[in-house]
Amino acid sequence: MAMGIALRMGIDMSANSSTTNQNGKIIAPQGFDLFVYKTKKYLGQLDPYLTLMGIGLWLFAYWVLCEGLQIWRFDKLPGPVAISKDWFAVDPFQGISIFTQEYYDHIIVSCRRILIAFGIATAFGVPLGLFMGWSRTIRDYIFPIIEVLRPIPILAWVPLSILLLPGFEGPVLFLATLASFFVTTLNAMLGVDSIDEEYFRAAGCLGSSRWDVFKNVVVPGALPFIFTGLQISIGVAWFSLVAAEMVSGDLGLGYLIVDAYMNNVTVPMVIAMITLGFIGYFSSAMVRMLGNKLMAWHVKELSQQGR
Amino acid sequence: MAVKQTLKSKSTKKVVPNDASSVTLRNVSKSYGEVWLSDDVLKDVTIEFPAGELTVIVGPSGCGKSTLVNIMAGFETPDSGEVLIDNKPITGPAKDRMVVFQETALIPWQTTYENVVFGPKMRGDKSGQALKDEAEALLVKVGLGEFIHKYPIQLSGGMQRRAELARALINEPTVMIMDEPFRGLDAMSRSLMQEFFLDLFEENKKTNIFVTSEIDEAIFLADNLVVLSNKPTTVQTVMNIKLPRPRDYKMLTTEQAFKYKKKAMELLHDEAMKSFAVLK
Repeated sequence: MAMGIALRMGIDMSANSSTTNQNGKIIAPQGFDLFVYKTKKYLGQLDPYLTLMGIGLWLFAYWVLCEGLQIWRFDKLPGPVAISKDWFAVDPFQGISIFTQEYYDHIIVSCRRILIAFGIATAFGVPLGLFMGWSRTIRDYIFPIIEVLRPIPILAWVPLSILLLPGFEGPVLFLATLASFFVTTLNAMLGVDSIDEEYFRAAGCLGSSRWDVFKNVVVPGALPFIFTGLQISIGVAWFSLVAAEMVSGDLGLGYLIVDAYMNNVTVPMVIAMITLGFIGYFSSAMVRMLGNKLMAWHVKELSQQGR
Repeated sequence: MAVKQTLKSKSTKKVVPNDASSVTLRNVSKSYGEVWLSDDVLKDVTIEFPAGELTVIVGPSGCGKSTLVNIMAGFETPDSGEVLIDNKPITGPAKDRMVVFQETALIPWQTTYENVVFGPKMRGDKSGQALKDEAEALLVKVGLGEFIHKYPIQLSGGMQRRAELARALINEPTVMIMDEPFRGLDAMSRSLMQEFFLDLFEENKKTNIFVTSEIDEAIFLADNLVVLSNKPTTVQTVMNIKLPRPRDYKMLTTEQAFKYKKKAMELLHDEAMKSFAVLK
């Protein structure tokens, strides 16, 4: 903590040394300078140090339970030291590390499956949800069916998908797509519902056609909900992908976890889990970044509210 | 004051042509709910809005003023009766009647400029450089020249209302329908907006239908003042406000204005008491 504050003071002083033009006006930094400025500003806050401390405390507790004191039952789990030793070893004891090709094979297979499943679910789910929100008729046709299918747990679809689709790839992709599709569709529809009636009226009295209203009011107005939906949906896609890989798979991080468990090697199991966590985090962050890029107005609105 | 002067100095150039239509409401009735539990909101409302005049509608809150606006705009259809523009019945919302909504209905994902050009662009009746020049001239006129590329959320309440006026005026409507447009503004911005709005009206002389629940605002603006009765809403009185134009805020303290105010207040107070009693 003391270090954080000391660092903050030191860095604040250097962050203030900005360039001025001849009128004494401060020139906005650009490109790499802007990046340096932002990084310094971030490091000048307390937040990164609190985060680091949180991670440290968590790792320490984990270590104490599994390796330090070896509490009953926890002694069966691989601790942080055992995991990191294997993870970063050129010749890992339990077979999986950042130096083995197999590790990347599993990651690439899972990522590719997510890209396909998430892509299909978004490509169909967003338009369907928008149309359902926009047109009473389309909603009457489709919404009840979706509402009945949606609560069925994704694992309950496993036998049916294996019967329906050949090979390993088909069922796995099907399950991840399905789970993701429901979330995306529902959120896109709710997004349209959330748009204030006045905007439709304003557009109507300005003489827009129904299609113009769809393009200029329905789609942009629903975007905040759509992107919230996409963030949840990519999480759900990972969740159901791993579940599917565990039941019916030949490769992928889910398969790696089950395979490691079957072969009684615990370290690769945990490595796969942590890897999933990080990839999930990054995929969700990428969706969020894309959303913020598309919705400059929404970002401004949120910052106006102090968020 | 400084703000107002800049607004006035910029409004010397004429941007919007003078075209005005008369509006007639003939025996308009509207009720909501199921037949056996119907709640009459409007009953036999007949009002004449003369072309090129500013008619203000006042009534106790919750008396169906917004329903009246929705019907005139064409968002809702009356159960019986009709709305005529230049003696022709309306068939739905159209660009000859522009509505300025309560609070604001600027589209939040479009910049001020995009909001203003939205109508002409959608209909395809203006485009390219001509549209751009006109929109910019109009935005300068309403004092938003420097806020063209800001989003509505980045504008103050008063600026939002002015942007909305610009968005309506670019469509060259013959009737402007204002549904409590200055509601939610603080007292200072409100009186500045009223004066700005009057300048605009006195310059363009469009038919204006202005709905409000503020008596001072009503008398300051109106050529004709329509006082509505409580639910089911009917027209109680139409007053001619014969204050000279151009007006400024000092006129509200004259003997004449005070007489109008007294009369309107007495009428409204009776009506407001009725709805108050119903609530109790």
